[in-house]
Order: sequence, then C-alpha cells, then structure tokens
Amino acid sequence: MNMLAEKPNYNDDIVKLFTIASVFWGVVGFAVGVFIALQMAYPALNFGEYLTFGRLRPLHTSAVIFAFGGNVLFATSYYSVQRTCRTRLWGDGWSKFTFWGYQLFIVIAALGYVTGVTQGKEYAEPEWYADLWLTLVWVAYLIVFLMTLKNRKEPHIYVANWFFLGFIVTVAVLHLVNNISIPTSLLGAKSYPMWGGVQAAMIQWWYGHNAVGFFLTAGFLGIMYYFVPKRAGRPVYSYRLSILHFWSLIFMYIWAGPHHLHYTALPDWAQTLGMTFSIMLWMPSWGGMINGMMTLSGAWHKLREDPVLKFMIISLAFYGMSTFEGPLMSIKEVNALSHYTDWTIGHVHSGALGWVAFISFGAIYFLVPKLWGRKELYSLKLVNTHLWISTIGIVLYIASMWVSGIMEGLMWRSYDSMGFLEYSFVETVMAKHPLYLIRALGGVLFLAGAFIMVYNVIKTIRGDAVPASSLKSEEAAHA
Amino acid sequence: MSDKNMEKDAITGVETTGHEWDGIKELNNPAPRWWLIVLLISIIWAVGYWVVYPAWPTLSGDGERGGTKGSYGWTQYQQLKESQAEIVARKAAYLDRFNNADFDQIKADPELYAFAVAGGTSAFKDNCATCHGTGGSGSAGYPNLLDDDWLWGGDVDTIHETIRVGVRFTHDESRISEMPAFGGMLSEDEIGHIADYVLSFTGEAYDGPGKALYEDQCAACHADNGTGGRDFGAPNLADAIWFYGNSKGDIMSQIRRPKHGVMPAWEHRLDESTIRQLAIYVHSLGGGEN
Repeated sequence: MNMLAEKPNYNDDIVKLFTIASVFWGVVGFAVGVFIALQMAYPALNFGEYLTFGRLRPLHTSAVIFAFGGNVLFATSYYSVQRTCRTRLWGDGWSKFTFWGYQLFIVIAALGYVTGVTQGKEYAEPEWYADLWLTLVWVAYLIVFLMTLKNRKEPHIYVANWFFLGFIVTVAVLHLVNNISIPTSLLGAKSYPMWGGVQAAMIQWWYGHNAVGFFLTAGFLGIMYYFVPKRAGRPVYSYRLSILHFWSLIFMYIWAGPHHLHYTALPDWAQTLGMTFSIMLWMPSWGGMINGMMTLSGAWHKLREDPVLKFMIISLAFYGMSTFEGPLMSIKEVNALSHYTDWTIGHVHSGALGWVAFISFGAIYFLVPKLWGRKELYSLKLVNTHLWISTIGIVLYIASMWVSGIMEGLMWRSYDSMGFLEYSFVETVMAKHPLYLIRALGGVLFLAGAFIMVYNVIKTIRGDAVPASSLKSEEAAHA
Repeated sequence: MSDKNMEKDAITGVETTGHEWDGIKELNNPAPRWWLIVLLISIIWAVGYWVVYPAWPTLSGDGERGGTKGSYGWTQYQQLKESQAEIVARKAAYLDRFNNADFDQIKADPELYAFAVAGGTSAFKDNCATCHGTGGSGSAGYPNLLDDDWLWGGDVDTIHETIRVGVRFTHDESRISEMPAFGGMLSEDEIGHIADYVLSFTGEAYDGPGKALYEDQCAACHADNGTGGRDFGAPNLADAIWFYGNSKGDIMSQIRRPKHGVMPAWEHRLDESTIRQLAIYVHSLGGGEN
C-alpha cells in the first residue's frame, strides 16, 4: 500500500555524522581496552598519573558503551525512524544539537576521567556538570524522536521504534535518579551524591544493570528489528512474539539490579527479588533472539553469501548466550563463586563484543553504502575477514576470562585439610597472568578487525572501485 | 488479523499482519510454545522461591531487615555461619592442643608442628608477604627472613614478640630503635671515613681516621667489631648483609640521614594462635635460632 507513496526527503546528513562518529569512537574505545588489558598483564605500563589503569578503565567503558554504542544508537534510530514513519526526521537544528552536544559530552567526560574527576559510580563516572549537559542533549533526542513519530505517515508504530523509545525514556530516568548530587561549589567539579550507604549501592546497580538492559539491550534490539529484516529481505518472524517479549523485557529488566549486590549489606529480600526477576528475564531476552534468527526462515542461504547478515546473526547468537549466562550468574550460589572474578568481565564482553559491537558492525556496513549512495560496500570480502578475525578475538577473550574467573573464584575459597586458606591473593593474580595475555591477544584481534572496517568504510565513502573478486558475492547477496 | 484475505508470505506460507514499514512486513506466527512454557515455568518457580526465601518488603517495615522471612528461615548470615562451620571444625581438631602446648612441645609433636607451619604459611602470605615477599626473602628495606641475620633475635619467642608488638609502631611495647642522623653532626669527610671503615669489616683492610670516629660515634650500638646489638635492634655491619645498599654512597646516606622501617604490631589484628603459628613458620624458614 505504500509502494506508490513518494519517498520523503530524509535527513541522512545527520545519520552520516553519527555513523562516522561511531566508527571513530569504536576504534578509540577498543584501543584503550587493549591497552588496559596489557596493563593488567604488565603493571609497568601504568605511566604517570594520567594513564593509570584506574583512570583509563572508565575511559574504556565509557568510550565503548556511550561513545561507540551511543553514536551507533543515534545513527541507527535516526535512520530507521524516518523510514518506518515515512517522514523526515523532525527538527534539523535539534538533531544537529544532539550530535554536537553528545560529542561534547563525550569529550568533557573523558577529560574528567584522565584528570581524576569522577563521582566514582561505575558507568556513571562523569561529575554533575557533565551529567546536566547530557540531560539537555538527551531531552533533545527524546523530542526529536517523539516529534518524528508524531509526524509519521504510517498508521502503526513499528516494533523497532518501541524499543528505541523504551531505551530513550528509561535511560533518561536512570540517569537522572542515579546522578542526583549536590555540588560543593558552583565553580568546582566535586559533588556529593544524594544517596548514601546501601541505598546508594542499590540505586547505583538499579542504574548499572539497566544501563545494560536499556542502553545495550533494548536500544540494540531496536537496531536488530529494523536492520535484520531489511538486510535479509524477509518479514519479521512473529508480531505476537515481538509484543510479548517487548513488554515482558521492559517489565522484568528494571527489577534485576540487586543481583549485583548478592551477599552484601543489601537486605536478603531485595537480593532475592533481583535474582528471581533475573531468572524470569531469560525468556523475554531470548524472544528477541528468536524473532531475529527466525526472520531468516526461508532465506537461510543468504547467511552463506552475505557477511553483513552474518555479523547480525552471530550477534544474536552471542546475545542468546550472554542472556542465558546472565540469569545463571544471578543465582546466589553461582554468584558466590563468580562475583568479583574475571568471569563477570568475560560475561560483559560476550555481550558487549559479541552482541552490541557485532550488531553495530552489521548496521554500519548496511548504512555506509546507502548513506553515501554506493551500490555496495567497497569489499564484502574484507567484511568477511573482519567477521572472522573478530569472532576469534571474542572467543579468546571470553574463554580466557571464564577460565581465569572460575580459577580465581575456586582459589579464593579453597581451604586445606587443616582449615587454613590455601592461596593468598597474590598467588591468584600470578596464576591469572597467562590468561591475561590471551585476553589481550583477543582484544588485539578485535581491534585489528575494527581497523579493517575503517579501511572498508573509507574506501566505500570515497567511492573507490569494487574489486572484481567481491562483485560476485555481492551480486549473489542481492539476487 | 483474522481477515481471510490477509496476505500470505510466499516462502513460508504464513499470513502477514498486513502492516508494512519501509518494505518490512510481519508474519503472524504465534510465539513459540516452548518459549511460553519456559517463561511460565520461570514465573511459577519465582513465586515459589518468594514463599520459601525472604523476598518482599513488608509495609510495616518489620520482619527480616524489613522484608518477608520466607518459610525456610534462610538468611545470608546463617548461610555464612554454616559454610564456615565445616572449616572451623577442621581447625578445631588441632586448635585446643596447639593453644595449650608451648613451643618446645609443639616442635616435638610432628602433627602440631605441621599444623603450625600450615597455619603460619597461610597467614604469612596474606599478611606479611606484601613487605617480606611470598617466600619471605624480603627486598631493599624489608628484612630477609630466610637468612640467619636477625635484627631483634631469631629464636621462636623473640620472633613471636616482634610480630606481636611490631617495630617502631604505635603499640605500647613496640620495639623502638632510632639511629641518630649524623648529617650536620659530622662533616661529609668524616662520614666518608666512617663508611670506609664500616666497609672494611667485610672488605679490604682499612687504616685511617674512620676507625676512631666509628669507635667514638657508632660502636656503642653496633659494637667495636661491627657485629651490632640485638638489644637495640642495631644491625650487624660485619656480615655482608645490607639493608639499604652496600655501596659507600648508600652507607654514607644511611649515616647522614638514616631510613627507619616500620612494621605493624599484629596483636589485636590477628589472634594469639595465628601469631604463634606465624612465629613457628618464620622460625622454620631457615635461620631459626634456639
């Protein structure tokens, strides 16, 4: 019914900006990650006060989550909301403000980290002035998104937009509540949080876990719901499943935070609630994986031919794996072993590298030729190389962290036959050294893959000729 | 959606919902049955879990830290106690006997001695290794515990006392020794002479003004022949073991403005039994004296 409708004049300039920023911050974030992985293996690499692990670690997490992930979310949501609403993105000036405002936030936050300005809350390190600025940018984002939805020429709101809207609204709420603080002076960077003690811990992990749930899950499911069916050229597998898993995911996720505080001062009842809601969250999470993967039913052959689609489907496999591992690790008895160990780091990265980054790479590879008016990417072969080198990198990363985490967890709790602790802390650190090296190698491979992407993206934007060898597979993919 | 004329997907033969966005359609497949069943099971399981474990805050704020108690009566503190009970029982098999025996009796009893060394090893790695090294070999400024060079004495009782009260620490009975800073009191030349003489205890013979200066200023604590004095914790200068370096410059710097290490007192941080295990362990490392 829409076939005859005229194609609106979409605002793709803003999407181009966010796409370039995504690629740029991605490389920065991955590179810092590799460096701090090496610092863990070789502490001598902590140079001076500005480049110590303690300051670079939040730089890494913020660069990959908020700078890379955030720019990808802006790019993909702005691209798909226009097309699924068949209307131009509302407010050119507003969307431009979200771009420059968001990049400014990233720079302000990063400068704070290296100079030691932090409120010490994981994933919410920026001080009050950066938080206030981000709030302005985020409200502008919400307004642009809502106004575009309001102007839509389609009778219904597409499922991808439910997820994007859920992500934007919830992240706003989380950001505001967790960052309520009182600056010690108007001209100083320092502030004190409104919450104290176990309440502060609870609110921090309500925020922290839902940064995963809404920023890295709901938002990226929005990407999945547009880009997978688009790239596969197939209808979404089940409308009913999308409704069920959207509402159950939104409802369950918000309760799961306390599983970060098992066996702490947090009252037992709150720990139980967090754990049980994490278990109930398993199927709602998997709903997105099922719907994405099954969208390929009747078109599985495309997976063989199209490396861009491969990125998307492998990302769903990693998503399924880490959303099974998550509920598993939320169980008190499992958590008693896994908590504070490298297992947690491995878990986060199977989600962050496998799911978030891979679906992002898929979306970027989809977007770049479309935005710059090229028939296809410069080289699909290079996409395939990127895919495999990164996959090997991820496997090395998460496997080494599983081994390292379970090993140190067991060493910490090991008693000898006379009732004495068997290992000291430093012995666990020494035992982890070889695994830290494997982890760093995994990171190097992942970073190398990202550089291949940068090359491919630049070549595509410049419109360089596609090598003959890639042409064949390209034609096949679009047959 | 029950419209009989609804469009069908050509490949799978499944009805679409009739909506379309930018060419994307939706199939009207039901949610997979197994997915619904597992979701339902997890919800039922959670409700059951809420009954038996503390799970919901109470309106009144009463109950187990403001929440329902759960029919199992489980608390994390109870679980900790139970999981520790087995460990405590393992130790208890030896502990009474160990606490009631003196060092000589422990040394004579292979089982108790093994218990003491095992406990000492474990406590050493967690509390002492930061300064003295995991193997006890120390480093610059931190004494090596493997050799027979002792500042305060190397029999079990003396080691025990050093661990208990610490060195230059806030403990009332802490071992205190402080070498004066000779910079200003003596000229640089004089300090150099003394360093030369000190080096001669373990090196080439020396015949110069340093000898007289040494006997005047240093011998009271370090003894005429440089063998030191354990009563004041004065290091032995004649055994070629150097705490802060063995060059003339190092020694001059130590005479000019001595560095003084601090060791914490472990009484009140560790229980008496653990301190005794540590003393026996350190004594067993190689340089223990009778």
